[in-house]
Amino acid sequence: MERAGHHTAIADFRLLLKSGEFICLVGPSGCGKTTLLNIIAGLDNDYEGDILVGRQHTHPKIGYIFQNPRLLPWRTVRENIELALDSRQSPAVIDPLLEVMQLTQSQHVYPERLSLGMSRRVSIIRAFAVDPEVLLMDEPFVSLDAPTARQVRELLLKLWQARPHTVLFVTHDLREAIALADRIIFLSAAPMSVISEITVPIPRYERHSENAIEAFRRQLINDCPEIRQLL
Amino acid sequence: MPALSLLAFLAVWQGLAVYLNNGTLPTPETVARVFWLACVTGQLPYNLSMTLLRLVVSFSIAMLLGCSIGIILGRNKKLDAFFDNWLVIFLNIPALVTIILCYVWFGLVESAAILAVVINKLPNVIVTIREGTRTLDQDLLEMARCYHFSKRKTLVHVIWPQLHPFVMGATRSGLALIWKIILVVELLGRSDGMGYQLHLFFQLFDVASILAYTIAFVAVIQLIELLILKPLDKKSLRWRR
Repeated sequence: MERAGHHTAIADFRLLLKSGEFICLVGPSGCGKTTLLNIIAGLDNDYEGDILVGRQHTHPKIGYIFQNPRLLPWRTVRENIELALDSRQSPAVIDPLLEVMQLTQSQHVYPERLSLGMSRRVSIIRAFAVDPEVLLMDEPFVSLDAPTARQVRELLLKLWQARPHTVLFVTHDLREAIALADRIIFLSAAPMSVISEITVPIPRYERHSENAIEAFRRQLINDCPEIRQLL
Repeated sequence: MPALSLLAFLAVWQGLAVYLNNGTLPTPETVARVFWLACVTGQLPYNLSMTLLRLVVSFSIAMLLGCSIGIILGRNKKLDAFFDNWLVIFLNIPALVTIILCYVWFGLVESAAILAVVINKLPNVIVTIREGTRTLDQDLLEMARCYHFSKRKTLVHVIWPQLHPFVMGATRSGLALIWKIILVVELLGRSDGMGYQLHLFFQLFDVASILAYTIAFVAVIQLIELLILKPLDKKSLRWRR
């Protein structure tokens, strides 16, 4: 995939997503991660290359969790989620998602009255509710304080384990990537390309332990100097 | 406080009328009497309703067309660049010129009167809505695109609520502008309505009737503000803290 025009943001990039896989993209700021997500989402059409779903040249049905929640302030939590559903979907699909994300009580509240962490949870529900082929997440926990980020991350994992959609998750935080991903892809500065990729060997049930995550992070940095340069 | 202020206004008026003691400024009581008489004979309600009918028709056409064109120009830079000069020209044509030209070109008919009012108001609405459209939140529009909102859904749920303050601004300034233009339109080329009546009273030097009709019209505009615009504002902005 390569962007046309005078500035090439992504060069010689090839990524294969397996169904139900949780992939984290880790790379320096401004390397083109958001551009990649926007291309997949169909928001950016200024590129040369192909996007394939199976063997079809088409954009996948996506759920997008942006850096800021992008909720309509004049619609309630529930209305914000319902608006994203297509006409064939029943609004009832929202109820179990609200329950998992602990927002049932706040479903008729306007976004202005929500905390930042709650707004993020609403945008996560909206993305899951559309039953996407690929979930795109662009640093969804950025600007949250550590305990809130941890809480939202755990709720996200709970939701994903119940509904294992394919996820492409952009982050700067290697600990976060290790805690969430099946596979981590390390990206170079612009023009963005893949430096290396690893499969996280820690079983998911052991990832609650900060020590296990930290030990693997250190091992990664020691073993791979190119990754150390990125962080 | 508003009641006190109104009483003070009436007191100043009464004082001035008594001080001048001639026909140029009748007392509030005289004006009230004339107002009542005009209501009882049916003359005021008839002329007021004719003017209001013209106001409703021309205002609706101007707002509908103005909002549509404003949104299109705000979203399309090429079209905006092409029509920008046209807008400046129409904004600067004096209302009186448009009215005279419409009557000359189309005759002294109802449609010419309505057209003249619409042409006067339309550029203002277009400019206001175009500016509003330029400030639309691109993040929300992107969200709507990536969740495949239909055009109608995007307009109703994403664009329109953001344009609400601009539409209300255009509505309020539009009402204030349009009714003044309508009076001139009626004065120049209609045989009924407030403008025609005011012209008649001017020729008879009947200041009491002029004031009675003016008060009636201002009261109606205030009622529109209180009964329609304010509740609309309240409903649309209920999501704000």
